[in-house]
Amino acid sequence: MADEKKYLFDDPKNIKRLMRIFYVCCILLVILDFVIHRHTMHEWDKLWAFYPIYGFVGCVVLVIVASWMRTFLMRPEDYYDKPSTTESSKSASKHKNSNNELNTKGASHVDD
Amino acid sequence: MWMTELPPFVPFFLGALLLLGTRGMLRSAVMIAIPILGGMHLWMMPEGIHLQFAFLDYQLIPYRADKLSIMFGYVFHIAAFIGIVYSLHLRDTMQQVAAMLYAGSALGAVFAGDLLTLFVFWELLAFTSVFLIWARRTERSYHAGMRYLIIQVLSGVILLAGTLFYAAENKTLAFGYIGLDSIAGWLIFIAFGIKCAFPFAHNWLTDAYPEATVTGTVFLSAFTTKVAVYALARGYPGAEILVYIGAAMTCFPIFFAVIENDLRRVLAYSLINQVGFMVVGIGIGTALAINGAVSHAFNDVIFKGLLFMSMGAVLHMTGRMNGSDLGGLYKTMPKTTILCIVGAASISAFPLFSGFVSKSMVMTAALEEGFDWIWLMLLFASAGVFHHAGIKIPYFAFFAHDSGIRANDPPNNMVLAMAIAAALCIAIGIYPQALYSLLPYDTGYNPYDATHVLAQTQLLFFSALAFVWLNLRGMYPPELRSTHLDFDWVYRRAVPSVIQKMLSVIWQIDRGLRDALKLRLSSYLSYFAGKNDRLSILLSRNYPTGSMAMWVVVVLATYLLLSFIK
Repeated sequence: MADEKKYLFDDPKNIKRLMRIFYVCCILLVILDFVIHRHTMHEWDKLWAFYPIYGFVGCVVLVIVASWMRTFLMRPEDYYDKPSTTESSKSASKHKNSNNELNTKGASHVDD
Repeated sequence: MWMTELPPFVPFFLGALLLLGTRGMLRSAVMIAIPILGGMHLWMMPEGIHLQFAFLDYQLIPYRADKLSIMFGYVFHIAAFIGIVYSLHLRDTMQQVAAMLYAGSALGAVFAGDLLTLFVFWELLAFTSVFLIWARRTERSYHAGMRYLIIQVLSGVILLAGTLFYAAENKTLAFGYIGLDSIAGWLIFIAFGIKCAFPFAHNWLTDAYPEATVTGTVFLSAFTTKVAVYALARGYPGAEILVYIGAAMTCFPIFFAVIENDLRRVLAYSLINQVGFMVVGIGIGTALAINGAVSHAFNDVIFKGLLFMSMGAVLHMTGRMNGSDLGGLYKTMPKTTILCIVGAASISAFPLFSGFVSKSMVMTAALEEGFDWIWLMLLFASAGVFHHAGIKIPYFAFFAHDSGIRANDPPNNMVLAMAIAAALCIAIGIYPQALYSLLPYDTGYNPYDATHVLAQTQLLFFSALAFVWLNLRGMYPPELRSTHLDFDWVYRRAVPSVIQKMLSVIWQIDRGLRDALKLRLSSYLSYFAGKNDRLSILLSRNYPTGSMAMWVVVVLATYLLLSFIK
């Protein structure tokens, strides 16, 4: 292939380096919480490391809830493309099967 | 002598006419010149009412300029300019004319001083923008455009009804503070709300924007919702219900955005989320909150345009838009990647980027006015928006797993348009005073104090940490080829299928009744036939009709014969 060129993140070392910088930034930010005197506007943000914890927990909850929403909101890609409405109710059980198929396909697609 | 009487929409409408008669380079020159000339015209224009005339018993004001409308006027000119540069490579008269008329309609709406003029431009916005969706020329876009048009026109009709009630109650059509204490107020509120993508009325946006053309979506994202935000800011500042509606708008779309595969639909959901911040600001209604809402609308037009442009560039070059198909594009599209990251940083409100200097005003105002829980929701939404628009969009398009696609950076005009938008994002972030000087109120707000910068940076970094952690644990939902049901399921599936089921039940009942009746009839017939049979032995034997006719003929013939003999 003509595309043998190595790019920035093809080297796992670079990813590791980037991640290390990122972790150091995170730690520094928490430490700064003690150094900088914050003039707080509310009792909640007086709490120690309120913003880091809120950001982290908020996002984890967001992703978990969103993944859970998939279990009942996800349909095949062409769900709305099928013109007849009568079939959609009849083949409700079929959707579930094809969903599972898609799930396994999609998962492997992401792993590679 | 400056022609102050020339409303800002006129150059755009004239320009659309000029486009029809020009071609090639000349057409490009006309398209670029119009927003520049229009912007200069706006710059020199003083505030005040510049055009009014009497219509029936009412005073119509098609052209009124004050700080609020001029602010939106500027950003619409900037958006039109960027969008036009982005679409210079196009050779599609329909799209170019529609985009020009659409930008003009948006300007007409924000400078409208009365409700009737507003209604006219409100409908023009719908009718001109739908061509940007149809210009994709696929069956999907055709249907999406139809649904979009129906909902937009519905909003216009409700606005007209509200306007009529309003005129009857107040004996004036002037568009100022309306308030929610009359039927007219509520009708107009609902009309604005539909265009503003309030919850349950938001699906026209997530449905239609991803189906529009590469360049069309850039225009669409700038105008319609911002006109609605402007209208709410003028008609309903301080309406408390807006705080709760806006907070809901900031939170629920981020869940959909996390699982959505089509990256332009992710952006459409995050557009609702950003409009939510503006709606909260309008609802709080203090000077700081209104300033926050308006400046956030200003910034959102630019950074959301930038994000839609970068995703449009990906779609233009690869022909794909699903997160599941993309990845690794940073290798061959470095410029687009960097510009997209600037947009992502701006929407996530990183310090030194434009989102930071406007969003924080709304959040500070929420705390000052004692909306604690709303503030927590906004904080959650801020973290969430970074999660899906700030990280997910660039990550799945440009990094993640290598999709093997080796597309180049898009044509120069597209890169240039993105670069202009990115430069504006950074410039506003670094020097917010320029933006603040345009705002309706002078609050002396300074976004760059240590507390605020630190808090926001901590929030964002730890949201990113959550993304990293979830990804390493394999808990992050993979991009899957799928459709996710949203409220539009109600009118795209549930209602049609309920109607279909109702009809089939009605048909069944109808058939059953008819069958029963037929059975009854035939049983009666056979009953009478049986009776007849029994009688036939005595008096009325059943003769065929033919024989009777024959006997009549015989009798008549005999009669004739006899008459001859006589």
